Amino acid sequence: MSFSRVGFVLIALRFAPLLLFALLVVAFGMGSDRFLSVANLLNIVTQAASVAVMAIGMTFVLLVRGVDLSVGSTMYLVVVILGLYLSDLSLALSIPAIMLIGLAFGAINAWFITYLRLAAFITTLATLFVGRGLALQISETKMVFQSDTVQTLGRSSALGAPWAIWILAIVAATAWVILTQTPYGRQIYAVGADPDAAAKAGIRVRPIVFSVFCICGVCAAIGGLISVSQAGAAAATFGFQKEFPVIAAAVLGGTSLFGGRGGVLGSIFGAVLVQTTENGLVMLNADPYLYPLVNSAIIFIAAWVDGQRTTITERLEQRKIRIEPG
Amino acid sequence: MSEVLLRIEHLDKSFFGVSVLRDVSFELMHGHVLGLVGENGSGKSTTMNILGGVHRRDAGGIELDGEAIAPQTPREALALGIGFIHQELSLFPNLSIEENIFLDHFPKAFRRLPFISRRGMRERAKAALELVGLDASPGTPVSRLAQGERQLVEIAKAVIREARLIIFDEPTTSLTARESERLFGIIERLRERGLSIIYISHILGDVLRLCDDIVVLRDGRVMAAEPRSAFTIERLVTLMVGRMIDQLFPERTTRPDPTRAALSVRGVSQPGVVKDISFDLHPGEVLGVSGLMGSGRSELARILFGLDAHAAGEIRVYGETLPARSPRRAMERGLAFVTEDRRGEGLMMDASVRDNIVLPSLPEHASPFLRFIRPTELGTLAREMAEKVHLTARSPERTLARTLSGGNQQKVVIAKWLMRQPSIYILDEPTRGIDVGAKYEVYKIINELVAAGAAILFISSEIEELIGMTDRIMVMARGELRGFHDRSQYQRETLLRAALWD
Repeated sequence: MSFSRVGFVLIALRFAPLLLFALLVVAFGMGSDRFLSVANLLNIVTQAASVAVMAIGMTFVLLVRGVDLSVGSTMYLVVVILGLYLSDLSLALSIPAIMLIGLAFGAINAWFITYLRLAAFITTLATLFVGRGLALQISETKMVFQSDTVQTLGRSSALGAPWAIWILAIVAATAWVILTQTPYGRQIYAVGADPDAAAKAGIRVRPIVFSVFCICGVCAAIGGLISVSQAGAAAATFGFQKEFPVIAAAVLGGTSLFGGRGGVLGSIFGAVLVQTTENGLVMLNADPYLYPLVNSAIIFIAAWVDGQRTTITERLEQRKIRIEPG
Repeated sequence: MSEVLLRIEHLDKSFFGVSVLRDVSFELMHGHVLGLVGENGSGKSTTMNILGGVHRRDAGGIELDGEAIAPQTPREALALGIGFIHQELSLFPNLSIEENIFLDHFPKAFRRLPFISRRGMRERAKAALELVGLDASPGTPVSRLAQGERQLVEIAKAVIREARLIIFDEPTTSLTARESERLFGIIERLRERGLSIIYISHILGDVLRLCDDIVVLRDGRVMAAEPRSAFTIERLVTLMVGRMIDQLFPERTTRPDPTRAALSVRGVSQPGVVKDISFDLHPGEVLGVSGLMGSGRSELARILFGLDAHAAGEIRVYGETLPARSPRRAMERGLAFVTEDRRGEGLMMDASVRDNIVLPSLPEHASPFLRFIRPTELGTLAREMAEKVHLTARSPERTLARTLSGGNQQKVVIAKWLMRQPSIYILDEPTRGIDVGAKYEVYKIINELVAAGAAILFISSEIEELIGMTDRIMVMARGELRGFHDRSQYQRETLLRAALWD
């Protein structure tokens, strides 16, 4: 009796972000007739692609109980290097190049965290400033314009879908296969659930933690490319505070801040949810100063739901000493 | 088939100079179940941890199927065919059954590529689950399984690694009666397949029923290693206990005052945890609580102190009802709780002894002006308390709790509560993991407390300590009270048997 009630609460909490999403869509749809048009919905997903890709990378990190606050700086640094030094390269060369830069940046985070045993929070908070500082040095805080190839990329589309959506699809499919279909992916979940037990089960915990930060760096770089191809240029505030919507998207999508739970599809959904809010507020001509408030309210709800879910699950898993008759 | 599978010869092991295994030898045949019994600290776990690759031995030999082995890690032991089912299961609740089984050796879909063959995994997992009698799809998340079912997954893990020997360490402590029966059936089936089993348990009735041979350990020595037919429960208990303990406990001169109740508990129940617990604790009394791990002792303590909820019943302190679920109120009424887990719950390891001692009393000793902390007064008080508990640390201000021995840490925990001058102490395993000398000191403190009129609920797994220190003992098993024993009628055997619930 009481168990089924707890079970119901759990289910309700699991679908809380979906309910929120539905509520938002209905509310915005009633407030503005343009909001529910096909063009606008496609536009939302396109706008969300950058955050979604980065949220996928963040999911890997969150799954092992880590966090990466430096993603916004990574994307800015990558884009500055791309605009200033790699503008002559063809896409076939520049895309792998920026992915490598993202990987290197992630590897620095990973090295501090796994080998010097610094807390991920502090490490990535530091590299957040280092990355942005470095990029501002290189760019001399000026606007960095991108080559025509990159800008064309942002405007082009294939099979009716903008280029950004295809990139998102490729990243998402790859990440999904890695997380669900490879031993490595399943071991990430094990490490997140209980690092000590994972080590005892013969899993090499350190390389796994190292690699997820690298993956997060690569995703941040791709996110930066998507974003800058849409904007055409990167100002000094490019990617500033991006870590916030990225982590929020992952958490809204059901990835736990406590590790071991979450997935690719949820994070994409979370990114779309974040973007929907913003888009809807624009459609409603809301006061721009309201955006951060609404966004943080949604994120607060997501974090609260996650906390509730974890508490309840822990309570359910508590050891029972006696079985009551009936 | 009665060839020897496992031969353990002259095993020695000591921790920090304290000898825990002395010349332990026994044999296990193919297809036999060997029962390993002994009190807490008798060396059962150490022996099995050496066999399972958790600890290293100091001397002696282990032969498996005639080959000398020395597993260095649990993984190596498993590769040798030794599966170890720990009391605390090591499963990942967020993964499925099959993923838990194959976590470090997933079957590959293509030889070179790192993709999991879901089909291969499922088929092999299914076969293993059938063998252990778990009726669940291999894709089910482990979080949905009951405790007993999770244990079956652990067994399946061992089976799939082609273990020749499976060690069960207290496998029934968290199982219901029906789950236990099912487990015995599976052990029987494994035996028929030629596997050998080592079965560790406190429940002697089960051991006698299940095992072909029984090894009794006491103080790290083998007291007997014979076929089952040579044993009765009485003989087992006599072999397990039986030690002179008279001078291990300080004399107490004061008597409890039975006319009043310091703590009065009536019908306290919480579904799944404890049922209908009623007792009175008198001023000046040490009331022992005996029972096995998982009997609900610590859970009861947490309920009394207001850390956990209870669905029914009443707790009164000197006649006044204690509000449920409020450790703060419990403290205000004079309750103190020394927890089982001193490292995790009782102490701030990186803080000084003084800071630890004064922590719970900060509000009482704050200055009237803006509630500032008054360091000098607190320092004096802390030193006073440290003296009261015979703490040997030189400077309470500068010594960090981390640097103290287990015994001294325990004294800090007690001093911390002393400062609040409680009238009722709940001590949960106050002497666990501390050496004999420090134990004696803790006992002396207990005697001083009751001499000053405090009432003490003394939870312990060591029956001897309860016999030596308490005025009465109440025995718990499976969350229920199994009865009270007065000091005049203490008998080790009856106490042990009451706790075992046979």
